[in-house]
Amino acid sequence: MGVLSSPLAGSLVVAVGWLVVAVLGLVPTNNAFFARRIAFPLGALAGVALAAFGLQAVWLPTQALTLPLGLPDLPFHLRIDPLAGFFLMLLGSVSAGISVYSAGYFREEPSGRLALISLQYHVFLASMAFVLLADDAYLFMVAWETMALSSYFLVITDHRQPAIRSAGFLYLLIAHLGAIAILLCFGVLHGGRGDYTFDALRAAQLQPAWASVAFLLAFFGFGAKAGMLPLHAWLPEAHPAAPSPVSALMSGIMLKTAIYGMVRVIFDLIGNVRWEWGMLVLAVGAATTLFGVLYALMQHDLKRLLAYHSVENIGIILLGLGMSMVFIGFGHPAAGVLALIAALYHTLNHAVFKGLLFLGAGSILHSTGLRNLNDMGGLIRGMPRTAFYFLIGALAISALPPLNGFVSEWLTFQAALQATVIQHGVVRSLLPLFAATLALAGALTAMCFVKVYGIAFLGQPRESAHPSPLPHAGDAGAMERYGMAWLAAGCFVLGLFPTSFLLILNRVGVSLTGQGLSEQALAGSGWLWLVPTAAGQASYSPVIFLVVIAAATLLAFLLVRRFYHGRVRFAAPWDCGYPEQTSRMQDTADAFGQPIRHVFGPIYRMDRRLPGPEDTEPRYSLKVEDRHWYWLYLPVARAAEFVSSKIALLQQGRISIYLLYSFITLIALLVFVR
Amino acid sequence: MNSAPGIAFQILQSVFVVLAAPLLTGWVNQCRAWLQNRSAPSILLPYYTLAKLFHKDAVFAHDASPIFRWTPYILFGCMWLAAGIVPVLATGLPFAPAADIIALVGVFALARMFSALAAMDIGTAFGGLGARREMLIGFLAEPAMLMTLFTAAFISGSTQLTSIVDTLAHREFALYPSLAFAAVAFLMVLLAENARIPIDNPTTHLELTMVHEALILEYSARHLALIEWAIAIKLFAYMTIGIALFAPWGIADAGDWSALPYAFAALAGKLALAGAGLALIETVLAKLRLFLAPEFLSTAFLLAVLGMLTHFLVKG
Amino acid sequence: MGIPLLAQLVNVLAAFLLLIAFAMLSQRRVLTLIKLLAWQGAALAASTAIVAWSTGQTHLYYSALLTVLLKVILIPWVLHRLIDRLFVRWDIETLINIPTTMLIGIGLVIFAFALATPISQMATTLTRSTLGIALASVLLSFLMMIVRQKAVPQVIGFLAMENGLFFAATSATYGMPLVVELGVALDVLVGTFIFGIFFFHIRERFDSLDIRHLEKLKED
Repeated sequence: MGVLSSPLAGSLVVAVGWLVVAVLGLVPTNNAFFARRIAFPLGALAGVALAAFGLQAVWLPTQALTLPLGLPDLPFHLRIDPLAGFFLMLLGSVSAGISVYSAGYFREEPSGRLALISLQYHVFLASMAFVLLADDAYLFMVAWETMALSSYFLVITDHRQPAIRSAGFLYLLIAHLGAIAILLCFGVLHGGRGDYTFDALRAAQLQPAWASVAFLLAFFGFGAKAGMLPLHAWLPEAHPAAPSPVSALMSGIMLKTAIYGMVRVIFDLIGNVRWEWGMLVLAVGAATTLFGVLYALMQHDLKRLLAYHSVENIGIILLGLGMSMVFIGFGHPAAGVLALIAALYHTLNHAVFKGLLFLGAGSILHSTGLRNLNDMGGLIRGMPRTAFYFLIGALAISALPPLNGFVSEWLTFQAALQATVIQHGVVRSLLPLFAATLALAGALTAMCFVKVYGIAFLGQPRESAHPSPLPHAGDAGAMERYGMAWLAAGCFVLGLFPTSFLLILNRVGVSLTGQGLSEQALAGSGWLWLVPTAAGQASYSPVIFLVVIAAATLLAFLLVRRFYHGRVRFAAPWDCGYPEQTSRMQDTADAFGQPIRHVFGPIYRMDRRLPGPEDTEPRYSLKVEDRHWYWLYLPVARAAEFVSSKIALLQQGRISIYLLYSFITLIALLVFVR
Repeated sequence: MNSAPGIAFQILQSVFVVLAAPLLTGWVNQCRAWLQNRSAPSILLPYYTLAKLFHKDAVFAHDASPIFRWTPYILFGCMWLAAGIVPVLATGLPFAPAADIIALVGVFALARMFSALAAMDIGTAFGGLGARREMLIGFLAEPAMLMTLFTAAFISGSTQLTSIVDTLAHREFALYPSLAFAAVAFLMVLLAENARIPIDNPTTHLELTMVHEALILEYSARHLALIEWAIAIKLFAYMTIGIALFAPWGIADAGDWSALPYAFAALAGKLALAGAGLALIETVLAKLRLFLAPEFLSTAFLLAVLGMLTHFLVKG
Repeated sequence: MGIPLLAQLVNVLAAFLLLIAFAMLSQRRVLTLIKLLAWQGAALAASTAIVAWSTGQTHLYYSALLTVLLKVILIPWVLHRLIDRLFVRWDIETLINIPTTMLIGIGLVIFAFALATPISQMATTLTRSTLGIALASVLLSFLMMIVRQKAVPQVIGFLAMENGLFFAATSATYGMPLVVELGVALDVLVGTFIFGIFFFHIRERFDSLDIRHLEKLKED
């Protein structure tokens, strides 16, 4: 029973358990059956256990442990505190749903391939757990790189397609750029003294300039993994390439480990947060948010669209983190903790609803073979259950009450409204502007999901240019549905009972900043009421909200039924009486985005072909490209190519010249160490 | 907070709003007819229309999904909820703390999302067109509305509409320059959100220009009646939000029965004026081209933001 | 609250001034622009009169009266005549689209507020907090002159800029000496006439009031 009482030991057991499941999957001969029936369900159970341990850790004092593993004199340090506990809870609970789903999703994979997927999948989960548990820079980097590599192999599951291979390469490249920045950041924090445990890094007193350097390295290093502008380019490439449960795992959880790293390094290890850092985070966050949603509106590939929404949501989380840093930097920790809570709550919420949406996209892909929205239509009739779960996810991501996305945006707004406590005039008036960005992004997200849902699930099936490779095979399988139902239930629980999570996150805030929410806030909060500052200032009760709206809707229904008849006739659609109607007359995904393209024209790089008047086969084509490719990535790539072509001059092919290089190096070293 | 008179007030207000909303629509239509030199229809015409629609047989397209069937009820429920949040007759209602201004904007967004989805459900050309245009208007109107409300929230230090009204109505009289911006922005949002003239024309069924009518083209009978009723409640709710923010004087406290008649009279007067004003605006303005609508609304959004900035500079 | 009602009224009028500056920035029609200019003058006159009343500075009454005569009646009338004669009632083209212009405008307002806050803390007048607004309207009018392509809106922008400066003077220091104000008023009036004459010449030369044609005048 020792394991159950210690969340650290328990989490370690779960992480090791995942590794064991991963390796065991390779052993049996009929390993497809094993993976489906045993490995993935076991992984899901382990996830639930991990969530429980994480929850327990939030309420217990910090625990630490040194493992007798690793390099000589460099053992692995583990530690669990409320922050790690919260993220372990996120990892465990969300991955449980995705693992159950995977058991159904991979049902048609051949044996050998499935064993490999199961291996990489569970190694991926375990490495994320170790990232969260690590208490020294060494173990952290080992786990971080394992995470990057295992997810890379998962992305290129279908490695026979060149597009997928190049997407995987881009992902690996940016992941490593980020990893180098993180490594340098640890180096700066270390400063040549002591060892690499987080305790030593925390104790180091940095010059302000070096602290800022460490902040910048951590921000961009972790930002590259999180998909922050302008290092987001891998996200919309890698997510469509990966199998859907893997996309869900990467978008839902892996991006969040980057947020974890950011919070851990900036708030905990560097400490002494400065408000100027917060302003940078806010500016990048606002740009990321708007960019993500505006590009999402232009997509017609469902998974790519969802990937751009991940970019947007990372931006929203950054807005919360930035506000928190500004408040703390100005010496208002109570408001800072509120903003931090908002950011972390959105982290959890995004994991849940984005996981759900990716799983929904996976089910569509699985039963119809379609990924392009312009080929879909009317799926609600063939797959009503998937449609139901997807609707919940769509409402949640659009920040509509009473679901979970709304709660975290509400908290972010409340944090922005605390701006009056700041004395600095410009900063005080800028904070509400960032709230305005958030409001704009929220409304645009709603538009985008009307587009997704309306075009994929509603309307008539479209006569597609690429007919579906599979017949409409019906709804998602049972395991897939259980996985989605788990996450959909999460959307409701997080949306309806936010106060319990507020208290959990308050513990996290206390452990990071030494301060929590105000007394009034904690006194005013019960399970029914969410009160972030004081009862007179703001309150929200999702349960009452839901009850009233459901009651009003039902009352309307019952009254109409009671006093009038329920007669219904069925007919052809009216459509202003136009006689000819085909499914081609419906809006396509591109058409739905057209007003946005018109309003925000300069943001996009468009390549549009309109048919001329004499075209016998009129075709309209539109390609929207990311401007970042042209002003950032391609120039950098060209520069890198140029530099490497110069370096390639060293390669002469003659042995004696190579020996000369070695000789010069030797002489130089001898001079240097003299 | 949850005293019996408070609950009685809450129920009274909710029922009152639902029943009185079509009257306001009728009044606006009557005023507009007078201003345009037409002989005016009866002020009760919206009620007759609703009664007529409720008695008819509903017609559905062959493969309408549950979303299509349930949307009218959800819309009606959303608007009813909104009417419960806004302090129409009294402040301090027991339901008010459950949802603040951000949730209020959320309710309208929920209604908008469902109506757009329902429009796309049948898969007609006009449905998609209406949904697209409605969301185009919504994505700018919603943040503008939120920023307007934030300006008021900054003044009163609270995001609860009832506390805002309390602050503005009962505190020592003061002029707030920031509210001037907010008022203009709010008016623009009100016109756009309620499908009024510079953005949309509530009386048109001309295919190429309509926005809101295109959304509800496929509805008939009781479903159409519920939607029309919900639209009337929405207009009523928006007008009372405007009154609550910019002219809150005379509102009663929850449970204070003696102040109720005065509050009622004040509300009726203010609504009559506001309705006439709306009719006047709709008469003198022309409808904008659809692609000027984003410009109109982004102006509203930026004005609301400007109001917030002004608040920080001019502490009035 | 602590601020007397009259000062609050000045604040509201200041906000009104800023509102009009933004309205001008977003307006596409010349006629409406002229109307807005007249309204701006009226707000200016009202605020000057209020300041005069609350501080007892009689010369401000004269400058309020002058403002009404000149900026509410005379200059708008002259501009009306001008556009009738020149026949330029049509919509204005802008260099950048209007929402972007307004976004830049918001940035300018924040900049102006940031700049004015320390200055207005030094000032002692009742209406010192309006200094930021005055500065903001000057900058916004300047922006309007930059982004408009036709000559008439540019002149309107120039006049609006003068309004902002005038307002800054009243709010920060209770106005300039009357002689200076008279001089400035006369300058503005004369400026308007000279602009009018220039318009005719420009149009005679290029058949258009599009200022892009002026680029051709430069020597190669």
